[in-house]
Amino acid sequence: VENVRLLDRFSSRRAVVGTLYLTATHVIFVENGSETRKETWVLHSQISSIEKQATTATGCPLLIRCKNFQVIQLVIPQERDCHDVYISLIRLARPVKYEELYCFSFNPKLDKEEREQGWKLVDLNEEYNRMGVPNSYWQISDVNRDYGVCDSYPTEVYVPKSATAHIIVGSSKFRSRRRFPALSYYCKGNNASICRSSQPLSGFSARCLEDEQMLQAIRKANPGSDFIYVVDTRPKLNAMANRAAGKGYENEDNYSNIKFQFIGIENIHVMRNSLQKMLEVCELKSPSMSDFLWGLENSGWLKHIKAIMDAGIFIAKAVAEEGVSVLVHCSDGWDRTAQVCSVASLLLDPYYRTMKGFMVLIEKDWVSFGHKFNHRYGNLDGDPKEISPVIDQFIECVWQLMEQFPCAFEFNERFLIHIQHHIYSCQFGNFLCNSQKERRELKIKERTYSLWAHLWKNRADYLNPLYRSDHSQSQGTLHPQIAPCNFLYKFWSGMYNRFEKGLHPRQSVTDYLMAVKEETQQLEEELEVLQERLANLQKSQSGNNKVKSKQEDRSKQFGLYTSNNSLANTPQEYSSDLKSFPSRSPSQGDEDSALILTQDNLKSSDPDLSANSDQESGVEDLSCKSPSGGGCLPSEDSGKDSDEAVFLAG
Amino acid sequence: MEFSELIKTATVEKALLWRPGLDTPVTGTLCVTSHHLLLSSCPRGDLELWLLIRNVDAVEKRCRSSPRLSPRVCPLAVSGVPLTLSCRMSPLLSPWAAPGSVLPLPRLQNLGWYQPPRTGASLRDTRVSGSSGTITLRCKDLKVLQLEIPGMEQCLNIASSIEALSSVDSVMMMYPFFYRPPSLRLEQGWHQFPLETFFQRLCSRSSQWRLSTVNRDFGACPSYPEAVIVPAAVGDDTVTKAARFRQGGRFPVLSYFHPKNGTALLRSSQPLTGHNRRRCPEDEKILGTILDEGERGFIIDTRSAQAAKQARMGGGGTEPKSAYPQWRRLHRALERGRPLQESFSRLVEACSEPCVSMDRWLTRLDGSRWLSHVKAALSTACLAAQCLDREDCKVLVHGAEGTDTTLLVTALAQLILDPCCRSLQGFLGLLEREWIQAGHPFQLRCARSASSHARSKQEAPVFLLFLDCVWQLSRQFPFSLEFGEELLLTLFDNAYASAYGTFLCNNEKERRLCKVKESTHSLWAWLNQPEEKQKYLNPLYSHNPLVIWPSVEPQSIQLWQGLFLRWIRPSQHLDEAWREIRRLVEGNNNSTQESTGKRLSQPLPDSTAGTEDGR
Repeated sequence: VENVRLLDRFSSRRAVVGTLYLTATHVIFVENGSETRKETWVLHSQISSIEKQATTATGCPLLIRCKNFQVIQLVIPQERDCHDVYISLIRLARPVKYEELYCFSFNPKLDKEEREQGWKLVDLNEEYNRMGVPNSYWQISDVNRDYGVCDSYPTEVYVPKSATAHIIVGSSKFRSRRRFPALSYYCKGNNASICRSSQPLSGFSARCLEDEQMLQAIRKANPGSDFIYVVDTRPKLNAMANRAAGKGYENEDNYSNIKFQFIGIENIHVMRNSLQKMLEVCELKSPSMSDFLWGLENSGWLKHIKAIMDAGIFIAKAVAEEGVSVLVHCSDGWDRTAQVCSVASLLLDPYYRTMKGFMVLIEKDWVSFGHKFNHRYGNLDGDPKEISPVIDQFIECVWQLMEQFPCAFEFNERFLIHIQHHIYSCQFGNFLCNSQKERRELKIKERTYSLWAHLWKNRADYLNPLYRSDHSQSQGTLHPQIAPCNFLYKFWSGMYNRFEKGLHPRQSVTDYLMAVKEETQQLEEELEVLQERLANLQKSQSGNNKVKSKQEDRSKQFGLYTSNNSLANTPQEYSSDLKSFPSRSPSQGDEDSALILTQDNLKSSDPDLSANSDQESGVEDLSCKSPSGGGCLPSEDSGKDSDEAVFLAG
Repeated sequence: MEFSELIKTATVEKALLWRPGLDTPVTGTLCVTSHHLLLSSCPRGDLELWLLIRNVDAVEKRCRSSPRLSPRVCPLAVSGVPLTLSCRMSPLLSPWAAPGSVLPLPRLQNLGWYQPPRTGASLRDTRVSGSSGTITLRCKDLKVLQLEIPGMEQCLNIASSIEALSSVDSVMMMYPFFYRPPSLRLEQGWHQFPLETFFQRLCSRSSQWRLSTVNRDFGACPSYPEAVIVPAAVGDDTVTKAARFRQGGRFPVLSYFHPKNGTALLRSSQPLTGHNRRRCPEDEKILGTILDEGERGFIIDTRSAQAAKQARMGGGGTEPKSAYPQWRRLHRALERGRPLQESFSRLVEACSEPCVSMDRWLTRLDGSRWLSHVKAALSTACLAAQCLDREDCKVLVHGAEGTDTTLLVTALAQLILDPCCRSLQGFLGLLEREWIQAGHPFQLRCARSASSHARSKQEAPVFLLFLDCVWQLSRQFPFSLEFGEELLLTLFDNAYASAYGTFLCNNEKERRLCKVKESTHSLWAWLNQPEEKQKYLNPLYSHNPLVIWPSVEPQSIQLWQGLFLRWIRPSQHLDEAWREIRRLVEGNNNSTQESTGKRLSQPLPDSTAGTEDGR
């Protein structure tokens, strides 16, 4: 643990002095001076890059970029210290063994039984039963027992009943990484299904009888339709290029009764660069509107999000409206395929739009089917070219849908943000490794805790107040717009500028409505109790006066209670953190008020804090407050100076 | 002039009307009256659609001998754009309404993506054979309507009648002078926000200001109202002389008094320094007496330093430091006039293009520069508010004429600083004081909207820009404004075409001449009817006594979809969400009321009453 005196500075002017600690799991920065000693905790696993910049007169700047889009700028007075911190962080941020990850040391003080319960919260067997399989068309195949056929698939996969082990194995040999077609979603209503696989090894002319039979079997499992769609989520050019490498896509002539379709979603490298470009835009210091819009467009990010959505919409439409089964693949069938299948499932089935259902969905389409979490999110030191924001894009698709259908989801934006955070945090074992096989070998379930149980425990924080299970938006299939719809895709500042709180609406409608909802419920309960008592009292024929006085008593207590409640929840409190904003006024505000404000911030408006009740887990979320301190009018200060110059000159 | 002279063809049978994307066109008898376009559906006559002709911004006609769908409509109709006929329908709010107040057209459900593609076959079936013409009406509220009229000549006649009627520019011929709603009295609402009340609130806190009648009969400044607030220390003759030194006579007047620290926001037009650097001791005196010894003030000029300097060539200019030693000048360039109007047009065009790719959409959004204008306006208003609230300095705002960007900045700054302006009544009062009375030339600025080609130099959507900024504030502070988007949309619609006299003319002097207050109804009176008012209230409102400092980072500024995509985007799901919010909040109030009522055996108004009780 180093003990260095530090400057924490973010935007141009405001800086705080404090102490930096490096622990085995976190970087901790503690402010000096203020009574609260505001703390900033950053998990090593969240660090995506560390940059040492040229030494200046004030010291040696160190820039830490995090995977949850937090950016921390430190200035360390001594260059030697800075170098040490830099070297240590580089090592700490890139663990080489799974055992070094936080989840193996994280202990939320739950006993063994609770931990096991936690892992049982999401049960895929139950989920497949809910979908309606096994049935007369689909069955579990044990062909992948011991991961003998495909090591990135789960042991239990659903396949058409007519697909024999011979067909499956034959088909798997004709598919990249042996990822044969398997069931992802089954639509009880019309027998249509979504299956997933990797690309066929067709090259220019290769064929495989078993693979053709496999696709036939999928079609036959849906007697209502005489063909299936085969959706290749890659751009056509990429797929054609793969043919030269002996891979490629299905030839409509060889497979009977398929309709083949390309949907151009770009590969992980394009996506990585796109995110990088977008984050650069987010980091711009006082950008103009044009800088921002141009940069956003230039990054192509929203275009990619739309491509994924369009693919999901296409599949949902095929399944729900046409009653046609769909086989989805990309190259290896673990990135774009996972995105597209889960978006389609989300559109089709309202269950996945509930909190529990969403956990199930991620567990099903991502975790169990071998999405390479370790590689994509760089949990262990690895090839930087493997890193790509694949699931981030899926999470953003969900957010975009939430914006369009405000009443359709049981959970709120915070739920998505916390899931994203924990995909990178390695605090829970859910997203470790690249496949189920690896997780079993590591004994994840015995040695770590499940995120789902943690989120479930705090589910009150993640509820969408507008959700009602009997609302029309929470029934049946969602139908997003396809045209004109460009304006529907918006920049998600809640995620990518998550830590610049000044940019966001200062008053949270969600929280307010949640409070209102709770209050209403409590009032209704109260009313019931009172009515009951009134009835009782009247029955017992006791004097009128007595009743009245009792009631008044009650009401006094109640009044107090409501006042507390409303104090804790009404906007007045949020607006208190407004004050933090003008402290950036030309005069720099007075120090005192700024400090009080940070306290307010810490107490009230950080959802992360309130969302994590227990100390241990709350800790990692206690990340630093809007370092830009409300972030408004940065141009004002500088602009003012320059104006003064003009003024003096004039 | 008689209206009948302008109407070449008054009625047409079997006309067909639809909105691009709407799947059920209405056939019926079309009727052109002096102020309305009417369509009464045939054969059943169960629909009657009204369009205020003043609302028509541009008329496009296309005639042909064999009927086919116009190419403009095709892509929209085929792609099955789900357009929802707005529910904002009332004789006031919507140009289309049946006399029976119930909306005659069915509300369309989300047509979604699996709507079978419409080929327009149904249109063709209902169409008469032979020659016909299509008229596209682009309305000022950004709606687009198509009329299919049998007979080429009739079509041309109808089109030119609409054109002629929509461009009548005599104020006294406009609809407000003919509109007589039964529920309102003429005088209602016109004197709801007298400056005297505003002044009384102020003079209880400061004796530095006085109410002046120097502009009685509009002698000193034709675009100011008769009553203005000026420094108590200067006499009316000084003011009159200072007025001659300011463009259009717009001498510095008080716009807002900040009770927190006694600072004040003033506005004026540019000083007429000219190239020979004229000075005016009276003007210097007005600005001088406002500041105490050693106190400093800020002049926020809404032009760039360069533009302000150039204005000297035209006789205008800025306050030189030597003549106004206590004032520091800040320049913030805000676009107005033609560039702003073009920006508006480009944005509307980008929004109405259905099939642009994601890439082009952002380029075009950026290219319109509209959001940049929003950002600049908000930033400047924040700067003014900051100077007042944080620096404890008095602020004078002006641009050139002092009737456009000046008012934009002063009105926004007040909304940011003053919680009173954020209530519904307070906001209407602010509009009355800072826009209507202050002489924003509505008639010139709002004569044409985004799609008109015949443009004079005077049009500019400054008021719309203000409404957009207010919307941005309401998005960032969803609980702090008592009114909602609905009100802003209504104000926009009425500023451009209205049955009420509130936005008529360019200033109070003209309104006096036209007897607007005697012969037309006030929009405020309409809005203040209890059942109307309900629609405009924000269910989430809760009084916020603090200054609301918005973020002006690009990430925080969003396109106002509710306005620019009002007729294009499907709003069903968002409307449902608002209904849900209303249900939650009102459910809460009801049950609180119920239980409080039960408990105390006398009803309390709402939960807050109970809360205060508890304290």
